[in-house]
Amino acid sequence: MRVVIAEDHALLRDGLTRLLEAFEFRVVAAVDNGPALLPALLDHKPDVAVVDVRLPPTFTDEGLQAAIAVREAVPGQPVLVLSQHVEPLYARELLGDRSGGVGYLLKDRVSDVAQFIDAVRQVARGGTVMDPEVVARLLDRSRPLDVLTAREREVLGEMAAGRSNAAIAGRLFVTEKAVSKHINNIFTKLGLPPSEDDNRRVLAVLAYLNA
Amino acid sequence: METRDWLREGLRAVAGGALAVALSVTNFLLLVLFVVALALTPVLGLGLILLPAVTALVRLRTDAARAVAGWHGVTIERPYRPRPAAARPVGWRAYRWIVTDPATWRDLAWLVPGAIVGLVGGFATLLIPVYGVEGIVLLPLWIWLGTGWYGYGVIWPIETVSDGLLSLPQGALFLAIGLAVAPYLRRYDALFNRLLLAPTTNARLRARVTQLSHSRADTVDAQAAELRRIERDLHDGAQARLVSLGMTIGLAEEMLGRDPESARRLLVEAREASSTALVELRHLVRGIHPPVLAERGLDGAVRALALNLRLPTAVESEVTGRLDIPVESAAYFAVAEALSNATVHSGATVAYVTMRRDGDTLRMEVGDDGRGGADPDRGTGLKGIGRRLAAFDGTMTLSSPPGGPTIVTMELPCALSSPRTTLSSGTD
Repeated sequence: MRVVIAEDHALLRDGLTRLLEAFEFRVVAAVDNGPALLPALLDHKPDVAVVDVRLPPTFTDEGLQAAIAVREAVPGQPVLVLSQHVEPLYARELLGDRSGGVGYLLKDRVSDVAQFIDAVRQVARGGTVMDPEVVARLLDRSRPLDVLTAREREVLGEMAAGRSNAAIAGRLFVTEKAVSKHINNIFTKLGLPPSEDDNRRVLAVLAYLNA
Repeated sequence: METRDWLREGLRAVAGGALAVALSVTNFLLLVLFVVALALTPVLGLGLILLPAVTALVRLRTDAARAVAGWHGVTIERPYRPRPAAARPVGWRAYRWIVTDPATWRDLAWLVPGAIVGLVGGFATLLIPVYGVEGIVLLPLWIWLGTGWYGYGVIWPIETVSDGLLSLPQGALFLAIGLAVAPYLRRYDALFNRLLLAPTTNARLRARVTQLSHSRADTVDAQAAELRRIERDLHDGAQARLVSLGMTIGLAEEMLGRDPESARRLLVEAREASSTALVELRHLVRGIHPPVLAERGLDGAVRALALNLRLPTAVESEVTGRLDIPVESAAYFAVAEALSNATVHSGATVAYVTMRRDGDTLRMEVGDDGRGGADPDRGTGLKGIGRRLAAFDGTMTLSSPPGGPTIVTMELPCALSSPRTTLSSGTD
């Protein structure tokens, strides 16, 4: 799989490159600033991009802006955004185009190599991976989504974190069949029309972020 | 100006004229009282009691003049020095506080000229419209009482009915002129009063210096406490964790040859410790300067904050572009503190934030539908907001009647720097 990396710290950039190449990704471009990112993404159209939110020259959110811009130009372009902090606000903006292939993770998660690589692959496949911290903060708010039962909210949280039905079943100690029943209930209660399952998952997560 | 506004302005000014006449009369009495109180100082120290009492009356009178000036669009600030903390209502300290304040003597100097200008201006304000009203009511009066006894305006005396009829338009004209001129007369009166009743440049600067030294002392204290907190958090948190992390990795290195399984366990432990250290650093950084504030400015940071709150919070913001970094930070933390108060103490079900710029002033309002009764003297939160804003010459006012709603209004002078430029060179 072909990857574009955007990270301004040389140490982290090399580390990421090494890490990804160890798992049979091919890093086709590794940029260290905001202005170079969008052209690199448009040129290479990689299978997945791993992008730091804060990049030179302004050190604000040009990574995020570039991710949103590239997905406007190339709908569904998979992008995994990394940051030292996560904000539900940014997650909502990333998912704003209502298509999958989006990841938003704390940089710390890189240290759990297996999970990180799994997340990159999921995003490349068009899945949605939200950092557990985003999910935890949304759960902590306990705002509306009142129509959902506690269990369904839990399942939705796991879905937002990008887990498959099998993984959710494992974590919640229920059968996979029960999980898919919960998920169908969630889709019905949130009024999501039957369609391709992946897209419905994204929409459900988006509903979750907007609650 | 609309006719009705013009009429209302005029009538208000005429009422103001009547008030000025009534109040001016008291000036002479106050002057006599003041001189007597001052003269009685050596007699058994009676002045120590009388002078503060009379001064309170004089200041009541001058405050009334300031308030009246305010109605006519002339702002007159109070010039008095603050009462020393140790001073009781009467006695030597209060006496000294009064006689050493130049504003006392300026008030005294104002009493007579102020009364004269007030009387002359007040009567002028009143007489023209009153004469106008007289002209309007004269005709029936004249018909009733008969001819030749009186005149009006340019007709003197009135002898025929047609002469009498002329008093009507003349009266209306006088009334109109009187009402039109009255606001200007009141304004001149207010401007004259400002000459003596407003603080001198000296007094103004003095008050400003006092205020600045207070807010500076608060700022310095707050900053020192903040640095101390950060130092302690780093020392007890991330630093300690990094030390233990080094130890764990060192131990794993030792074990690698002899007991690879234990070494692996130690490495897992080390990785977990590094995650915890990062979590702590992240919390600490958010407390110093939230990253989202650096990335998105006030508008985005407050929106992000609202998304994180347990309390559903609507954000309405017209603040675009970036503010100066220190102002932005003060504004953000003030809003955050107000919202956190609303979340924790108010029992509210919804809250809102509005932010907008009026010229060089940033106005922010945080409200909730909770039970109200918030008291800045009880918690440290609201006081902290006041102090934070005072460092930038900002203000906070609180309205929180029992039963709610609670509304915190904050104002902060700000200058908008060019959009999207920051001085921070942090990396993510």
